[in-house]
Amino acid sequence: MDWEVILSDALRSGIGPIAAVYALAAIGLNLHFGYTGLLNFGQIGFMLVGAYGVAASVSTFGLSLWAGVLVGLACSVVLALLLGMPTLRLRAEYLAIATIAAGEILRLFYRSTWAEPVTGGVYGLQQFADDFFDANPIPRDSYGFWLINFSSRDLWVLLVAWGLVALFAGIMALMVHSPWGRVIRSIREDEDAVRSLGKSVYAYKMQSLVFGGAIGSIAGMMLAIQNQSVNADTYNPVETFFLYTLLVLGGAGRVLGPIIGSILFWAVLTFFDSALRQAIGAGYISPDVLSAGEVGAVRFALVGLGLMLLVIFRPQGIVGSRREMLLDVR
Amino acid sequence: MSDNSATTALAGLDCEPGVRKPDPLLVVDGVTRAFGGLTAVHVDNLEVQRGAITGLIGPNGAGKTTLFNVLSGFDRADHGHWTFDGRDITGRAAHRVARQGLVRTFQLTKTLSKLTVLENMKLAATGQRGERMALSLLPPLWRGQEKDIVRRADELLERFRLSHMREEYAGTLSGGQRKLLEMARALMVRPKMIMLDEPMAGVNPALTQSLLGHITDLRDEGMTVCFVEHDMDVVMGISDWVVCMAEGSVVAEGPPQAVGKNPAVIDAYLGRHHDEPENEADDG
Amino acid sequence: MRNFRLLVPLLAVLFVVLAPSVAAAQGDEVVTGPGFIDRALQSLLDGIQFGAIIAITAVGLSLVFGTTHLINFAHGELVTIGAVVAFFLNVGGLGLHIIPAALIAVVVGAVLGGLLQLGLWSPLRRRGTGMINMFIITIGLSLLLRHVVLVIFGTRPQSYREYDIQRAFDLGPVGITPRDLAIFSISLLVLLGVAFMLQKTRIGTAIRAVSSNRELAEASGIDVQRVVLVVWVLGGGLAALGGVFFGLTEIITWDMGFRLLLLMFAGIILGGLGSPYGAMVGSFVIGIVAQMSSLWFPIDLQNAWALLALILVLLIRPQGILGQRERVG
Repeated sequence: MDWEVILSDALRSGIGPIAAVYALAAIGLNLHFGYTGLLNFGQIGFMLVGAYGVAASVSTFGLSLWAGVLVGLACSVVLALLLGMPTLRLRAEYLAIATIAAGEILRLFYRSTWAEPVTGGVYGLQQFADDFFDANPIPRDSYGFWLINFSSRDLWVLLVAWGLVALFAGIMALMVHSPWGRVIRSIREDEDAVRSLGKSVYAYKMQSLVFGGAIGSIAGMMLAIQNQSVNADTYNPVETFFLYTLLVLGGAGRVLGPIIGSILFWAVLTFFDSALRQAIGAGYISPDVLSAGEVGAVRFALVGLGLMLLVIFRPQGIVGSRREMLLDVR
Repeated sequence: MSDNSATTALAGLDCEPGVRKPDPLLVVDGVTRAFGGLTAVHVDNLEVQRGAITGLIGPNGAGKTTLFNVLSGFDRADHGHWTFDGRDITGRAAHRVARQGLVRTFQLTKTLSKLTVLENMKLAATGQRGERMALSLLPPLWRGQEKDIVRRADELLERFRLSHMREEYAGTLSGGQRKLLEMARALMVRPKMIMLDEPMAGVNPALTQSLLGHITDLRDEGMTVCFVEHDMDVVMGISDWVVCMAEGSVVAEGPPQAVGKNPAVIDAYLGRHHDEPENEADDG
Repeated sequence: MRNFRLLVPLLAVLFVVLAPSVAAAQGDEVVTGPGFIDRALQSLLDGIQFGAIIAITAVGLSLVFGTTHLINFAHGELVTIGAVVAFFLNVGGLGLHIIPAALIAVVVGAVLGGLLQLGLWSPLRRRGTGMINMFIITIGLSLLLRHVVLVIFGTRPQSYREYDIQRAFDLGPVGITPRDLAIFSISLLVLLGVAFMLQKTRIGTAIRAVSSNRELAEASGIDVQRVVLVVWVLGGGLAALGGVFFGLTEIITWDMGFRLLLLMFAGIILGGLGSPYGAMVGSFVIGIVAQMSSLWFPIDLQNAWALLALILVLLIRPQGILGQRERVG
């Protein structure tokens, strides 16, 4: 087994663009779940409308990339309002079910033959982000450190993606430590108390849903742009569950939780993946027990097991405070 | 019971349920609330005098908490109207009722465990610029206001003897301290009237005295207080006016001594106990 | 207000009927050939049958939610496991006929449901794990079980040996295969049986009591732990049965339960969260909407329309068809 390959795979994945995209989407989810206590199980739907907002605007309608970004943001706001209006006055479970259903509805519609003229159906859309890569100021060269190397293109994607993560983490830090954030965190604790003090809980929940959803759509845009392609089947409801896993891993309700969670999640996942494949390749694991094709399934099963164990034994995550968890009366 | 302007104003009124008060702040008119087939509240007329302490008593299941919930917007009424300070607030959402100046506390305290005591206090201040989402990103715009809020919160914490817990999570407070915090927090809203749901429940006797002191102090400063309580002695001691509910309706009201002797009140308590000795169900 | 309840299924049907104008606006050709009424009746029949399968799986999920307030995201995996266990007994080495295989699968589902309650949920509750953390644990469990099934079963869709292809009875304008008729009749009997149990037996009364007020039920001497265990066993068994039926009428795949889960949720919310009868009614509506939508829309959008009906109902009548009005804010 080549440990150097395994380690460099894990490292590359942990700091890679996908980790950044998931960190960004989880920052939005953290506002919903970690700070406001909203059970949004359809963050992937926000990512999808963001991604297609950009892709369809450019590919199908010939608009500029920036116009596409605005379209994607507008779609995410509309989606949040549509989901929030009927459910935010009801018990938390309603939002959970409405959002998970909405994510699946969107995926099915965007991939359908019916929507094919706009979304490309099951084939998706490609090559819509040339403007983004043309704007790359980094000279063509190979940049590397330790075990990994990046092209100037990779570096540009990483710079923008992690730049967005830093930007939104900063915004989030400011917001949750403001009086607005105080109201939001109080709603998570006990919304009746907040209501009895004259705050419109509904309005604050809606603001949280819209803003966190918009951050999710930006993550979706970044995912689409760095791939230069969108395909509805990438936006599976299961992805939201991964976001929950990494958020709980890092620490929900902490500014750095989603970032640390995403880096670790992808590094560990890729480590397992790479190690299993190497072990099968080297004959340590018999193909009768586990074939290379089944590694993907095993790794998802491990995510599930990891999520269960985390929530049971360390619900506060890596950067959360144990003391605060113990105050949880529910 | 102490002599004060409120008792003087209320002196000489008829001791009839629904009697008109000289200067009512809250006026309830024909409010009913039923759960399934069961009528929990049916109050024809009830007025709460401004600047007085009104005690609301009654056996378990009399509908006191339900009435509180309806009036404060936490439950809806099936019929009826109620006005507060001359404004019709029938069916208003809870947060709008609070903004009108009618603030309530809860039987099971709703302190926010994972916020510090000071944060609990700061949350309750009204008209905060920093509570707007867009402005939250610009601390210079709200920092000054925040300082004023902290100053006022500190004064109230001092008064309620919670200053030493200022930076602790509210979840670490004792039951009695939570009651105090909830009352102090309600005052941050600068209410005209405060409705306390069983403020003495689960509080040790030493703290009870201090809580009672706080309630009378509030009245002496001109605040209107209405509270629900089971313990007759407590109610009789500090109330300027007592309203007794049974089976959803107001059966008697008047000054404490008069209500204490009222046969309807004795019936309500004893009759109920004779009928259903083991009924421990909550007021809901 | 009560009459308004009746409007919801009507609206759902209306929505399906009005949909062609939307399709027409999209420039698609609306097929309204001579056989339209026949095709509509046929898809109505298919819808009722699909609804019955959703209903048997959704009732268990609804009862679990009613008694424990847990949204069990892993309920779909119980469905898949039921179908897959029957498949291995039926097609694998033992080669059992599908009927005994199905019965064994139901027992496995029931035992699995009971084991989950005894080995996972009950200890977690005793540890004081919060409700929201419990949801997330069910998500983890769902991922775990689903992908274990994937490793064992593989990605290839499979069918049972018996009753795969049958000739339909001709019933005037519509047709139904003997297999589907049998499945539909059994489903209805099972649903009636559940309703009978809830209304007429001691344990059913206890389940309803725990659902309406857990504390009060506990105080009045009902053994809540036992009731919850019964509900999990029942829910697991029904889920497995639904899985076998779904595998018989459609096909067995590793993620069939997860796909069905969303429709179960839709049915439960549509009927009114926490009401088992609501879950049944809602499931039928979902099944009908899904099947009838294919009269006008591409078949790959069937489930999307059914889920969209859920969102529409939330907008119009959030408490569902049979739910109690419950508004927190």
